[in-house]
Amino acid sequence: MKVLMFGWEFPPHIAGGLGTACKGIVEGLAHNGVETLFVMPCASGDEDQSCTTIVNASDVAVKYVSDNVDEFLEKVKFIHVDSNMVPYVDPEEYFDAIEKMKKESVHETVIGFGQKFHFSGKYGANLLEEVSRYAQVGGTIALQHAGEFDVIHSHDWLTYLAGIAAKEVSGKPLVVHVHATSFDRGTDDMVDSRVYAIEKRGMEAADRVVTVSDLTRNIVINRYGIDPEKVVTVHNAVDFSGKENMSVERGIKDKVVTFLGRITYQKGPEYFIDAAAKVLKRTRNVRFVMAGSGDMMTRAISQVARLGISDRFHFTGFLKGADVQKMFALSDVYIMPSVSEPFGISPLEAMRTNVPSIISKQSGAAEVLKYALKVDFWDVDALADDIYAMIQYPALSEFASSKGYDEVNNLKWNEATAKLKKVYESII
Amino acid sequence: MKKSVCLYFQVHQPTRLRLYRFFDIGKDSHYYDDFANRTILRRIAQKCYLPMNDVLLKAIEKHKGKFKVAFSISGSAMEQFDRYAPDVMDSFRKLASTGCVEFLCETYNHSLSSLASPAEFKVQVQKHKDAVKEHFGVEPTAFRNTELIYSDSIGRLVNRLGFNVMLTEGARHIMGWKSPNYVYESDLQPELKLLLRNYTLSDDISFRFENRDWAEWPLTAEKYVSWLDQAEGEVVNLFMDYETFGEHRSAESGIFDFMSALADQVVADRNLEFVTPSGEAAAHKSVEPLSVPEAISWADEERDLSAWLGNELQRDAFKKLFDLSEKLEIADDSDLWSDFGHLQESDHLYYMCTKFFSDGEVHKMFNPYDTPYEAFINYMNVLSDFTIRVNDKLQEK
Repeated sequence: MKVLMFGWEFPPHIAGGLGTACKGIVEGLAHNGVETLFVMPCASGDEDQSCTTIVNASDVAVKYVSDNVDEFLEKVKFIHVDSNMVPYVDPEEYFDAIEKMKKESVHETVIGFGQKFHFSGKYGANLLEEVSRYAQVGGTIALQHAGEFDVIHSHDWLTYLAGIAAKEVSGKPLVVHVHATSFDRGTDDMVDSRVYAIEKRGMEAADRVVTVSDLTRNIVINRYGIDPEKVVTVHNAVDFSGKENMSVERGIKDKVVTFLGRITYQKGPEYFIDAAAKVLKRTRNVRFVMAGSGDMMTRAISQVARLGISDRFHFTGFLKGADVQKMFALSDVYIMPSVSEPFGISPLEAMRTNVPSIISKQSGAAEVLKYALKVDFWDVDALADDIYAMIQYPALSEFASSKGYDEVNNLKWNEATAKLKKVYESII
Repeated sequence: MKKSVCLYFQVHQPTRLRLYRFFDIGKDSHYYDDFANRTILRRIAQKCYLPMNDVLLKAIEKHKGKFKVAFSISGSAMEQFDRYAPDVMDSFRKLASTGCVEFLCETYNHSLSSLASPAEFKVQVQKHKDAVKEHFGVEPTAFRNTELIYSDSIGRLVNRLGFNVMLTEGARHIMGWKSPNYVYESDLQPELKLLLRNYTLSDDISFRFENRDWAEWPLTAEKYVSWLDQAEGEVVNLFMDYETFGEHRSAESGIFDFMSALADQVVADRNLEFVTPSGEAAAHKSVEPLSVPEAISWADEERDLSAWLGNELQRDAFKKLFDLSEKLEIADDSDLWSDFGHLQESDHLYYMCTKFFSDGEVHKMFNPYDTPYEAFINYMNVLSDFTIRVNDKLQEK
């Protein structure tokens, strides 16, 4: 079996969790005997191709070029956006990406025998335009590789149009994979309607919709009106191979309770701060750390100052690379109080570092993690209770730490992709 | 009787903090950006302190005792002169030796301790008094609080520490119809004389001098002296940041020439004479008591404390720092005292100010941080490490 897969990024150059998940998926599929042809907008050449063949969309000449995708494929609508579009905001490096985008603006190269599009492969301004161009290239690639694949697989809305185009020209079945929805990015009344439209169109055109959690599956069914029969949950896994736990010398004796992620509405930073204030009323031998940046950071800082806990509540700003590992290594408890989280890989990373986690019930990860404590995101008292218990009762934290470590090491892509293979088989 | 003209200059440099991250807490207790502090100090020394000291010295020598000025040099600045610019310290000593320069007392670290802890305030004042004596061989007798902050209760504190002269702002909301051009006395402590800054005439030099949109531009010494002549009252108090000369107002604007011409013309004027703050207090009787129940300062349009304690970030940081006062006394360790002082510098709170609208431009000019939030995070990380050290020391004892 061979899959034509449309992604947006692939390690090592990633801005968010999507690339990492894609790598896990193609490797797991390879383990299960499924070949993939992985298309991405802007490959750098140093991607690990041991389990897949990577096609760089920037290298593909489009035979018939039009400013209007509708002419290329009548089904795909071209959306021209000058700026200020709402991008795929899941990645941590959103702000960096935008800044980078401004510097390296997208340019097109005209070649004699056809036109090549140069994709930035980043999230930011012109994103919707890139998504449309990617669809044109997607159709071309499907033509070039006609007969070489049995099924098409598109990851998240950025690649749905490409998937639809490929399906149109090849007639092969389409699977769209929902890692996040517009409802996980905006608030209920602040959803980007252009992105929503693309998402809905992709889901409707797909023969199967794969969601990363039952939580997301419900959103797909209820918010996008998709037939439940064709929506299947395949929980994410995580690949820790090659990742050694870091040992870090600690400068502080107090327990450290950590929040790591974008400081934005969906991640529930205010609940973490309120819970911290409650815990600090009971015990002082604890420090709270909010690692990351985001649009609610200034509000969070003001909230901490107003509660008068700034001597025990620290902000690190945006962390990257080894600093993330260092932060986990310094932590005693990890908190993910997300209001809405399709899956949420960070508690898995924490548990892998032997850090017990408390996560919100409104996260996909809560469906698979038995050894994480779970609370409703709004239940600050329950969150405070659990934090207090984790730092005061070693029996509990040691149990959660060792069981949690085993648990996350058993969440393998091999099993997740075996399920994915069954999805493919059901529609071929 | 001639009208008294009192020139007083504030000299201060903050001890800027380095980027101090959460990961440093408990591991690295050096808090300061030595490179930035040295670089900035050397630059200002070249542009302002050395050339302006030279202007003043020449004027003093020329007018043989008739030209007088006063300085208040914060301990934080003195430390930086000793470390990075001994030539600046020498030139201040030279000024001191003329006998025409008065050195005022203030809190050693340009601190807001007068608003938090009378005990710490006393420590800070004594430390500065000792430093002035050590460096310039004189015992200061007049006092100026950080940023000219004053209230009735601060006046009482200052008076009880043995001072009978104090400088503050002639804030409009306190003065009402009264003029700052007279000597007043503290409402609570009548023996404490108050010298009030004439903010209009002071700001003409320190803020408006270079402003080409100003109707009075270009400001000449002749014109300015005519304003001094016309000003009603017995005194004119011109208090300003010393960095005005050459740093905030460039040498190219002619500010140095203006000041030396001003010295010449005031000395030559039959109705005007230069005095030092202590000289002014001795020469003039108080016209009436001045009541200042809420603290005033010389900063911003509001002339209050909002530049340092206006938002919740600032108030929290300020409280967290001074909550440690008692522990410091018990720990009584010289390194801890020194860091405690540097963390008191009002500048750290000033960087956290969120009043962007009216005086934001002025704030930005002096701010090494991109946002007040970054300033707060960095300061609190440093303070966390400092708190750990204080507690460790207490446990040792």
